[in-house]
Amino acid sequence: MATLKIEKWERWFLYASVVVLVGFLVAILASIGEAGIHLPTDEGSLDPNTVAETPPFDNPGLRQTGDGTYEAVMVARTWQFTTGETDADGIPTITVPAGSTVTFIVTSGDVIHGLYIPRTDVNAMIIPGRVTKISQRFDEPGEYTFLCHEFCGLANEQIGHHSMYGKVVVQP
Amino acid sequence: MTTTARPPADLGTAEIAQKKWAKWQLYLGFVGFFLGLLMGLLQALDRMGFYLYKEAQLSSYYQGLTLHGVSMVFILTFAFGNAFLTLGVMRSLERPMASTMLVAASFWSAAIGVALAAWAILANQATVLYTMYSPLRPHVAFYVGAVLLVVSTWIVLLNQLLTLRAWRKDHPGEPIPLLAFVSVITYIMWFIASLGVAIEVLVFLIPWSLGLVENTDPLLNRTLFWFTGHPIVYFWLLPAYVSWYITVPKMVGGRLYSDGVVKGVFILFLLFSTPVGLHHQFTDPGVEEGLKLLHMLFTFAVFFPSLVTAFTLMAALEDGAKRNGGRGLVAWIKQLPWGNPSVVAQLFAMLGFVLGGVSGLINASATVNLVVHNTSFIPGHFHLTVGTAVALTIMGASYWLVPYLTGKKLCCRRLAVAQSWLWFGGVMLFSRGLMAAGIEGQPRRVPVGLMAYAEESWKLWDIVTGIGGTLMVTSGTIFFIVILGTLLRKKGSAGAVEFPIADTVYGPEQSPAILDRIGLWTAVSVVLILIAYVPVFISHAYNFTSPGFVRW
Repeated sequence: MATLKIEKWERWFLYASVVVLVGFLVAILASIGEAGIHLPTDEGSLDPNTVAETPPFDNPGLRQTGDGTYEAVMVARTWQFTTGETDADGIPTITVPAGSTVTFIVTSGDVIHGLYIPRTDVNAMIIPGRVTKISQRFDEPGEYTFLCHEFCGLANEQIGHHSMYGKVVVQP
Repeated sequence: MTTTARPPADLGTAEIAQKKWAKWQLYLGFVGFFLGLLMGLLQALDRMGFYLYKEAQLSSYYQGLTLHGVSMVFILTFAFGNAFLTLGVMRSLERPMASTMLVAASFWSAAIGVALAAWAILANQATVLYTMYSPLRPHVAFYVGAVLLVVSTWIVLLNQLLTLRAWRKDHPGEPIPLLAFVSVITYIMWFIASLGVAIEVLVFLIPWSLGLVENTDPLLNRTLFWFTGHPIVYFWLLPAYVSWYITVPKMVGGRLYSDGVVKGVFILFLLFSTPVGLHHQFTDPGVEEGLKLLHMLFTFAVFFPSLVTAFTLMAALEDGAKRNGGRGLVAWIKQLPWGNPSVVAQLFAMLGFVLGGVSGLINASATVNLVVHNTSFIPGHFHLTVGTAVALTIMGASYWLVPYLTGKKLCCRRLAVAQSWLWFGGVMLFSRGLMAAGIEGQPRRVPVGLMAYAEESWKLWDIVTGIGGTLMVTSGTIFFIVILGTLLRKKGSAGAVEFPIADTVYGPEQSPAILDRIGLWTAVSVVLILIAYVPVFISHAYNFTSPGFVRW
């Protein structure tokens, strides 16, 4: 039987390719196992039609769960987040002191949405019938925009997917 | 391989008819490309501060974005693959396809699919983007159109397999010619992969959109979509790989090093293209983290054949350049035929793919992906892969395919060469702008002109993106000028244009026979998919509770 002809340089290139790919894989697994950066996982399911009556989503808002740790229960609907508080302009907000770790617990009452806070690890989908849970520590005081990053429709040029956002206000 | 193209006079009636249908299939792809370019222009203008959708008689940016995505990645790519890899099998096996009726049926299935989907989108009945995530619910015509486009590819596979079987009967014990092998493997890979979206649409979405069932399970539909949605990128890419491996070395005067290595590369794509879908769902709730990591592992495996390709193609190019008098470690590059528009387009396509591949590895890296998922970085990435590696290859291949199919000489060669430079320069700006804005936190799929939370740091990059996109559209327009100029020429001005097939240093008789065991590799592929997906579908909490929403 014929054997595959692979020349010397090609062979070294193939070895190098494998080494590089395995190296990357190990680094990614270390970022999960050692650095503790986790992906959203299975957190159970619910009926999106009865979100308003299903705990904890019947009462969206911020709850302190320990020293410097909070849970932010939110509901996403077209085209706003409900966080339990808003600022003077009617923008939904979540207000925590600097150094807090916030666990966002979110579901959708209608279509697929997203939850994304630029320059943080908060980047997750919100899917009707599922619970999205993701944690982030906020050390620097300031305002962090959270926004929907999955197309969810629109009413007009002012209101729609492009206007669906809120703010995490981190107080000094 | 010592095959020579027979002059047109020797073509049988079946072959003439089949080439005609393949030609119409290719033109159907051009229709999609044209629509996609128009929408691309509107998007580029939005980046530069001109939101012109109302003026263009469109309801919204998102309607235009749906048309852009569907036109480019369903119509252009499918039609090109159908035409090119049908012709490839004919050329490689030196016989017409087993059934002329099936070649025609593939065209009509695709054409009717395009008409239905285009109607639904243009009537603003299907503004759901090409991902069609439920529970957004488009008109059923959109789903039926998508199904017919997929069916057109299944018909191509059936015809390829019938033709291959007939050839094998006439050539017992002979190794399968390389071009036929890679064409068939591409379509087998895609057939298996397409079953996910086929089940999603036929079993769940069509009955739901017709009101036969009230509710659907959006996460299940997503998982089925991405079962198909990653391998689909290889269905876009592999016809370009076929073009790079088989035709480009010939056009640069080089040889492909080894028949067996290329067969091995395509077998690896058959094995690893599909069990990777969850890397598009890294950020999904309701899917176990451990399963996502399993799919990441397979994703890294499917990167390997592309690294082999990078080496092998570079070797073939260097071989060609050095045979034409090129010298040195890198100076030989100057000796490549930079005046041949088919070659230049594909050299830039390959160069773009290096960057596209590397950025793809970033997306595949579970935790790093958190930085870029659903940001502008992602369209920055895939305009280098499907938007350049594939699109420029389609344009470059068309520069010989259209003369090959029409008997007319390519017009305006220098313009055609300039067109590739312009596209590549455009995408360098375009993707740079999108990637930079994405890393600065800009979400994708949002019109810049309307977004309520625009940041100062995105503005410069939006302009860069807009300029780059406009250059790409200009380049695409030049492509159409060249093609139309060619079609307006008189017949017979070409001389015979051949379907170029590269010679190999180590030919098929030196490849291990096991590579040709297509059935075996298909079975292994199914086993890998079962390993990757059985746990996903077992652990899935089935939840059919979502009614449809029309919110656009």
